[in-house]
Amino acid sequence: MQINRLNHGGNIDRNQVLSFQFNGMTYQGYQGDTLASALLANGVNVVGRSFKYSRPRGIMTADAQEPNAIFQIGTNASTIPNPRATQTPLYDNLVASSTNGWPNVEFDMMAGIGKLGGAMMPPGFYYKTFMYPQSMWMNYEKLIRKGAGLGRSPMTADPDRYDTMHHHCDVMIIGGGVAGIMAALNAAQTGANVIICDEQEQLGGQTLSSTETVNDITATQWLSQQIEQLRKQENILVLSRSTTFGYYDHNLIGINQRCTDHLGEHVPHSTRQRVHKVRAKQIVLATGAHERPLVYGNNDIPGCMLANAISTYIQCYAVIPGNKLVLMTTNDSAYQAAIDWHDAGRQVMAIIDTRPKTDSAIIQQAQNKGINIIFSHAVIEVQGSKRVNSVNIAPINNTGDNVIGPAINIVCDTVASSGGWSPVLHLSSHLGQKPLWRDDIIGFVPGQNDLLNCGAVSGKYALLSVIEDGIATGGKAAELSGFERLTDLPIPDIIPQITAAPMALFHVPHIQTTSRAPKQFVDYQNDVTAAAIELANREGFESIEHVKRYTALGFGTDQGKLGNINGIAITAKSLAKTIPETGTTIFRPMYTPTTMGALAGAHVKQLFAPARFTAMHQWHLQHGAEFEDVGQWKRPWYFPKNGESMQQALLRECLATRNSVGILDASTLGKIDIQGKDAREFLNRIYTNAWSKLGIGKCRYGVMCKEDGMIFDDGVTSCINDHHFIMTTTTGGAAGVLQWLELWHQTEWPELEVYFTSVTDHWTTMTISGPNSRKVLQKVCQDDVSKQALPFMSWIDATVAGVKARIFRISFTGELSFEINVPANLGLSVWQHIMDAGAEFEITPYGTETMHILRAEKGFIIVGQDTDGSVTPQDLDMNWVISPNKSFSCIGKRSWDRIDTKRNDRKQMVGLKAKDTNQVLPEGAQIVLDPQQKLPMTMVGHVTSSYFSACLGYSFALALVKSGTSRYGETVYLPQANGQIYEAEICSPIFYDPKGERQHVE
Amino acid sequence: MLQIHCPYCQEYREEEEFSYAGQAHIERPSEPESLTDQEWAQYLFFRKNPRGLHHEMWYHIHGCKQFFNVCRHTVTYQIISSYKIGDRPELEQSKAVDKESINAN
Amino acid sequence: MQQYSGFGLFKHSLSHHENWQRVWRNPIPKSHYDVVIVGGGGHGLATAYYLAKNHGITNIAVVEKGYLGGGNTARNTTIVRSNYLWDEAAQLYEHALKLWEGLAQELNYNLMFSQRGVLNLGHTLQDMRDIERRVNANRLNGIDSEVLNTEQVQQLVPILDCSKNTRYPILGASWQPRGGTARHDAVAWGYARAANALGVDLLQQTEVIGMRTQDGVISGVETNRGFISANKVACVTAGNSSVLANMVGLQLPLESHPLQAMVSEPLKPILDTVVMSNHVHGYISQSDKGDLVIGAGIDSYLGYGQRGSLNVLEHTAAAIIEMFPIFSRVRINRTWGGIVDTCPDACPIISKTPIKGLYFNCGWGTGGFKATPGSGHVFAHTIAHDNPHPLAKPFSLDRFISGQLIDEHGAAGVAH
Repeated sequence: MQINRLNHGGNIDRNQVLSFQFNGMTYQGYQGDTLASALLANGVNVVGRSFKYSRPRGIMTADAQEPNAIFQIGTNASTIPNPRATQTPLYDNLVASSTNGWPNVEFDMMAGIGKLGGAMMPPGFYYKTFMYPQSMWMNYEKLIRKGAGLGRSPMTADPDRYDTMHHHCDVMIIGGGVAGIMAALNAAQTGANVIICDEQEQLGGQTLSSTETVNDITATQWLSQQIEQLRKQENILVLSRSTTFGYYDHNLIGINQRCTDHLGEHVPHSTRQRVHKVRAKQIVLATGAHERPLVYGNNDIPGCMLANAISTYIQCYAVIPGNKLVLMTTNDSAYQAAIDWHDAGRQVMAIIDTRPKTDSAIIQQAQNKGINIIFSHAVIEVQGSKRVNSVNIAPINNTGDNVIGPAINIVCDTVASSGGWSPVLHLSSHLGQKPLWRDDIIGFVPGQNDLLNCGAVSGKYALLSVIEDGIATGGKAAELSGFERLTDLPIPDIIPQITAAPMALFHVPHIQTTSRAPKQFVDYQNDVTAAAIELANREGFESIEHVKRYTALGFGTDQGKLGNINGIAITAKSLAKTIPETGTTIFRPMYTPTTMGALAGAHVKQLFAPARFTAMHQWHLQHGAEFEDVGQWKRPWYFPKNGESMQQALLRECLATRNSVGILDASTLGKIDIQGKDAREFLNRIYTNAWSKLGIGKCRYGVMCKEDGMIFDDGVTSCINDHHFIMTTTTGGAAGVLQWLELWHQTEWPELEVYFTSVTDHWTTMTISGPNSRKVLQKVCQDDVSKQALPFMSWIDATVAGVKARIFRISFTGELSFEINVPANLGLSVWQHIMDAGAEFEITPYGTETMHILRAEKGFIIVGQDTDGSVTPQDLDMNWVISPNKSFSCIGKRSWDRIDTKRNDRKQMVGLKAKDTNQVLPEGAQIVLDPQQKLPMTMVGHVTSSYFSACLGYSFALALVKSGTSRYGETVYLPQANGQIYEAEICSPIFYDPKGERQHVE
Repeated sequence: MLQIHCPYCQEYREEEEFSYAGQAHIERPSEPESLTDQEWAQYLFFRKNPRGLHHEMWYHIHGCKQFFNVCRHTVTYQIISSYKIGDRPELEQSKAVDKESINAN
Repeated sequence: MQQYSGFGLFKHSLSHHENWQRVWRNPIPKSHYDVVIVGGGGHGLATAYYLAKNHGITNIAVVEKGYLGGGNTARNTTIVRSNYLWDEAAQLYEHALKLWEGLAQELNYNLMFSQRGVLNLGHTLQDMRDIERRVNANRLNGIDSEVLNTEQVQQLVPILDCSKNTRYPILGASWQPRGGTARHDAVAWGYARAANALGVDLLQQTEVIGMRTQDGVISGVETNRGFISANKVACVTAGNSSVLANMVGLQLPLESHPLQAMVSEPLKPILDTVVMSNHVHGYISQSDKGDLVIGAGIDSYLGYGQRGSLNVLEHTAAAIIEMFPIFSRVRINRTWGGIVDTCPDACPIISKTPIKGLYFNCGWGTGGFKATPGSGHVFAHTIAHDNPHPLAKPFSLDRFISGQLIDEHGAAGVAH
């Protein structure tokens, strides 16, 4: 039974009955309801329990400020923790429950504890206890954590999808109330491209519940005409259900549009939410204002509401949330709630106006309707448990500081309060600007910044002035973004109302001192009371940021929308400061909470980061490869056959390569094409070795250092002709190297004529390696690839399997090796031809792991594995790659001459042979000289690479060891986590074919 | 999120297209070997890191792949100018300083 | 100092909490102090406390331009751990961790130091090699640290997606059981209260606008409340360190960058440990209030604005969902930024300077919070003796000249 639903009025469709569940009970509402309006229509009082004291709480607002009606909505994978019922559109079969209260919100066991223990829980109580003994804290904390949190996270992955859109526009208008609508219409008529967004289900803002007359029709009818106009205008994009969550640098705003949340829990095949990132030439803030509640005793008992919320529920949803109303106000605007209540046919017990007797049009209107108005009084305390049953009112002095007479009791079930309005300036503060206080409107307005403000956010509340301001600001925004301002839209006829000045009252006095009065809540979500704030101040927490952090004021999911200004006012008063002296905390994004999935957009699962595949990827998949992620690349790691273990596969791959022929997909290595007459000189400067004499058709290994002398990348660079080189880089380093080359060329040596082009993706590279590699090559290549024609460290143009190719005779395995480069599109075909040709030699595909083993047997380093940003070429005993006689001091050279880099006891690369030759030393194991020493031990180095060698028949490792090169033959120890200590002997890092005969083979 | 004008592309583009490349106008010493360790360290590591106007380099990594200079305020993040490598910066201090006074806290 | 205890709470509840003492005085600045500490964050307050407690110097002012603990102390993601790679760093952070372990009792202030353990995930083979290396080094340095495989990680954090379906599957992790989180504000307040009780003057809303030196010796600081003379001046101003150094004509090897973080709305308990990933760039824990506390990557550009760019947060959200797909529908309540001063080797500077009597403690980058007690402790020693504490010695400014950097980049990267 919708006991509180009126028979007429409201923007709801009474023909569309929606059924929903709340805390296990089934209720009905209408299309157009929010969950909050539907609950109120059904007379549901208690919707939650408070966080600290477990006090029963009811719906208090109709907007983003709602502190109590915070629910778990939806089921299973599509459940959402913590949406506000006031901002949740009702859909059929919606399932919602309270987030606190056990066993349920009506009978919460914790309430007893809250009542008893509450007195011992002043702000910051947890800093003062649970300390002794030290060991107990984790147990205390376990209990504390049990009470933590509001809703529950879903437990399975999100079935919905999200995306992102980018916009550029001339004028962005945030807020679809009447100010924003008029600004949009007026800006758009100049031809400017306009976007307007609004957080609510319906455009219109406060005017939706207005009862004024505009151009001789009702304000709501007039509003509908304007909205219709807005939607017709082709250069206006209207984003409704779209919250601007943040204002970012250089006029960027982030908007989260809820595309399907109003339709149901999960709508298949659609985008649930979409983030719009808008760069605008001008941004107009038309975000309106939030009504402030007053702070009075027991102001959290269900039935205590904001005055304006009552008008909204009556006018927009035809819901009247009670029978007997007492309204307390400091201003004229709240009178409307009482008038609406009265007009809806229910009883207004009294309007308690905190101001000394005053007069205005709306006061007269209320009087004419026979409503009892009591001036110079305040509601000091509410009685009731799960619903208000009466209030105590008492006379107060003119400044609102003291109760000056005895209290009287008025029976009622609803208390509306209004302490005036707070402009919704949050976005204006996101870049760090502090809000400005205005005494005349008793509120903060946006500080000076690049935003334009109009309507209530700039302190204008009367409908006429809001419309005027909207039109003027829209015109100004268009003009500032470069459009010619035409004659502004006409101002409609509205009869101005005579108003009375509001009173600056935030915290209603009580007969008792604040610390002894009934709880006067400031921040409902965190149970922060006026007494708590005063206590924090007494203890020395005087900065408003300290007050916030000590009491948790404003830490809730409303981020202090409802309570912050009251909290600031209470702090100011208790410290005998003014409100502007006290200041505000800085508002930060998000304006209202924003779904993490929406922020991530489409960048989830396999789209989290781009994946790069080589031309042979499908082949690798078909041949059972296991893959390794290297940067963005997917590289074959090894190719297990017929249920082989990894180790078995590696042994097979290594032996096949050393004994016959193996093939590696090396396409991922970075390739940079370098051209220009000064290319050679450039290489001289960037590499540690000399490039002046590298002949055409020759290849050379080079090492690059950063200016600090530490190795940063390596690879082979080949001379195509005097002005043309091709450089290879590590797989992961390719982009960084290109940037590095560009940096030096563009900023230091622009006089050098040299050009760099990344050609990594243009070439497919396959390396055939092993004693039979030439035989395989000769089957698919008619060109001369003999030692004479193609000696070690040289390259030729050739045709391979009918495809023009470059063949480089370079070797990372120490075997006779050919790196065949063909255009990427033809890579797979050439690969297959080579596989066919190699069949008679049992050509064996191998992955990165076998490559690592084979190169390590040769003592070849992998930058990033054997080096870590603290290793010089000298540390690797690679003096051969340093040319001391270059005329130009190459990058990094000077740094080798510093005290620390000159030391001869630096960590140097060595080989290690495990004493137990079958034991593969763990990579990353730390090396000590004395295994018996106490902790902390003196470590002299660590294992960088370690494998079992199929060809050598024993395990071996590469390591960095202090003074390593002068320690060959010494025994070192590798203590393990399990207490085991491995023993190893330091040796040369070159284990296989130390003379390098195999790669030079005939 | 910054919107940066690339002086080569002559367009304002999103920050995500660019890569920050540190303090601008640091010249590599022409004869590194003649420097003391102290002087070399100054070149390598020590930076102005100002709270205010900063001349810095950006790299149009997902665009024209050009390095260029930007004069930007490190508190307001306002970009005063962007200019090619080799060009001298033009300062419009007053505009930026005004903004900082708003921001002072 | 009024002792805090459960009984005290009960006693004060009887008088409606009307008689609690101030936690610190609000003193008028004296004209001279033995030591002026610039910066009233956790590190500065800890320095003041240990100077007073361990070195008998009590004529100290802590000068803070805003409110105590209002900079990075108030803006971090509260993670504490000591599993650093290099000996010098590991020993410094372990020193800090040992101090954390008795700090609440020492300060009589519950810092909610919660040793719920820290996981650093590995997603590539190289990640795992680095993890092995770091864990081995940690153990031999006497630091609790383990390598976990994927199954063990899954057991520890059942809601983590340890399947092979992710873009970067989790291959394992390092695990430091003694790591965890602490209540960040309480750290500043606890040290402030204790330092105040030892006679330290805490001068809030006092901004240093200049420094005076004479013949290469520091003589005091100019503030918005007038000149304060001092025998020694110690700057602990994190992101603003270069600005302070500039006042005496010094440059530091620092860059100040925005570092962003965010919290979700409060959720019922679901994540008991701290989970960090360098590779996907995100780290997360759940606070005692129920919020997911999420750290983002550092913004690339210099910035003193205490805010960063939206794309960094978008990436962070994606990273969290990569690890925890179930959090996709959870909503972010608030985002913010701090200013981190980063060194070329991702290690701090705790050092004397070319100006006698002037000391700097800075360059903590993204790792400052966890070091707070250790940092204050060794810095106090360095100031008191005009000679670095043995643990601070490797972190002097000299290392940038000699080249003896302690390169934590590989081991630490973004995630702290």
